[in-house]
Amino acid sequence: MDMKEVRKLFPILSQEVNGKPLVYLDSAATSQKPLPVIEALDKYYREYNSNVHRGVHTLGTKATDAYEGAREKVRKFINAKSTQEIIFTRGTTTALNTVATSYARANLHEGDEIVITYMEHHSNIIPWQQAAKYTGATLKYIPLQEDGTISLEDVEKTITPNTKIVAVTQVSNVLGTINPVKDIAKIAHRNGAVVVVDAAQSAPHMKIDVQDLDCDFLAFSGHKMCGPTGIGILYGKKALLEQMEPVEFGGEMIDFVGLYESTWKELPWKFEGGTPIIAGAIGLGAAIDFLEQVGLENIAAHEHELAQYALEQLSTMEGLTIYGPKERAGLVTFNIDGVHPHDVATVLDAEGIAVRAGHHCAQPLMKWLNVSATARASFYLYNTKEDIDQLVAALRKTKEYFDHVF
Amino acid sequence: MSFNNSLDTLYRQVIMDHYKNPRNRGVLEGNSVDINMNNPTCGDRVHLTMKVEDGKIIDVKFEGEGCSISMSSASMMTQAIKGKTVEEALSLAQIFSNMMQGKEYDDSIDLGDIEALQGVSKFPARIKCATLAWKAMEKGLHQHE
Repeated sequence: MDMKEVRKLFPILSQEVNGKPLVYLDSAATSQKPLPVIEALDKYYREYNSNVHRGVHTLGTKATDAYEGAREKVRKFINAKSTQEIIFTRGTTTALNTVATSYARANLHEGDEIVITYMEHHSNIIPWQQAAKYTGATLKYIPLQEDGTISLEDVEKTITPNTKIVAVTQVSNVLGTINPVKDIAKIAHRNGAVVVVDAAQSAPHMKIDVQDLDCDFLAFSGHKMCGPTGIGILYGKKALLEQMEPVEFGGEMIDFVGLYESTWKELPWKFEGGTPIIAGAIGLGAAIDFLEQVGLENIAAHEHELAQYALEQLSTMEGLTIYGPKERAGLVTFNIDGVHPHDVATVLDAEGIAVRAGHHCAQPLMKWLNVSATARASFYLYNTKEDIDQLVAALRKTKEYFDHVF
Repeated sequence: MSFNNSLDTLYRQVIMDHYKNPRNRGVLEGNSVDINMNNPTCGDRVHLTMKVEDGKIIDVKFEGEGCSISMSSASMMTQAIKGKTVEEALSLAQIFSNMMQGKEYDDSIDLGDIEALQGVSKFPARIKCATLAWKAMEKGLHQHE
């Protein structure tokens, strides 16, 4: 599918912002939604909105089929062995918290270690801080190389036989670094630890095969991959999920309820207490169909081209610092000397260009970079080289503008 | 030079002057009010120290990091409240808050440089930048009372 045609499927992109055509470069925060996803949500609410797994009426059956059908789509999308390993959550944060609360608290003890990296998003730091506090385990960090990558040598050094959990992002939301998750999993397993992969920034952009990675848990969000907000996935190996206690208790997740004791449904439903995120799951299913139709390989190749083009163009600008390695996912984080990223983002916004400015929910990484904030342009399948040309031109103007007012 | 008129209402010359040459920058020794405030969504940070005696702000200093709007607003705020009574400073904070929200405000008081920040109210995403130091001042003075 031609990417120019793909772009036409995103109605939001054909608007003007502040009198200029919108250039949306904030997909790492959230992606835009294509018509097939918008239509799937619309159809669900118009035609078969109903609760799932209860009642015998026709709409209920349709909704249940669509909800469970979406689970199968997710299973296939990441090549999990079984739909029992696919849990619908509110997003990556909830998915990681489920592992940190249920698995970590039950399996960690004083003297055990949790290993993460300096480039984690807050949602893959704080749950582990809390788990460490709760269990008396120690939280350790794999250091970063100068260019914002991690070396397997450091991974080997940091992970020890006392390590019980290794939690690592597959793609950094700030540096764009693509981490060698498969190799990290091997090292972790050799030391008897489980591996938790934060795939929030990778699942939307590259083909993931959980069996090939051999990760124990993997989490991602629907809204960053053309799906709706409020839906995410926790993948876990069945043997691990089976021994874990649910985190939320209530309707939908029970088998039998007595006065003082209750039992849980089988996997995956024991982790889905309450009326589930039905529309969200159906929307995610539609997003997966859409992404697979375009082809994850095509998306990855397109974004790689955009990222390399952006690096090339931006590196010609004087007084601009780019963070992260050359070989990277589809995003570029940068600062203009002497201009705060908020000011950069405001000036770009006046030009119709949406970028993110701030600490990107990665304060430890900001500290490592020795900056308080950065600006970030992130790309997705609907972005074009013209978008990057607009960005570069607007950044030149920004620089001139602030050079002048100073 | 200017490539966008609306931006000029935000980045007024006097704002950029305060950003470039902040007034009352530093940490006050022997202070009676010492308060830190940050904007967790964007990482802006202000550390405000004040010397308050007999209900009067004798001296004030700030340090911190952030965008041009947050730092210039902090600089202007310290300039405006230095020598004022606590009561006057708090009412100034109220006026400033109203100004940021685009509400009516008491314009009988000469606001000096602060007037330049009026344009921020047209940029909703930046209002929090401008109010950070003022919120620190209010909180610090309330704690002192």
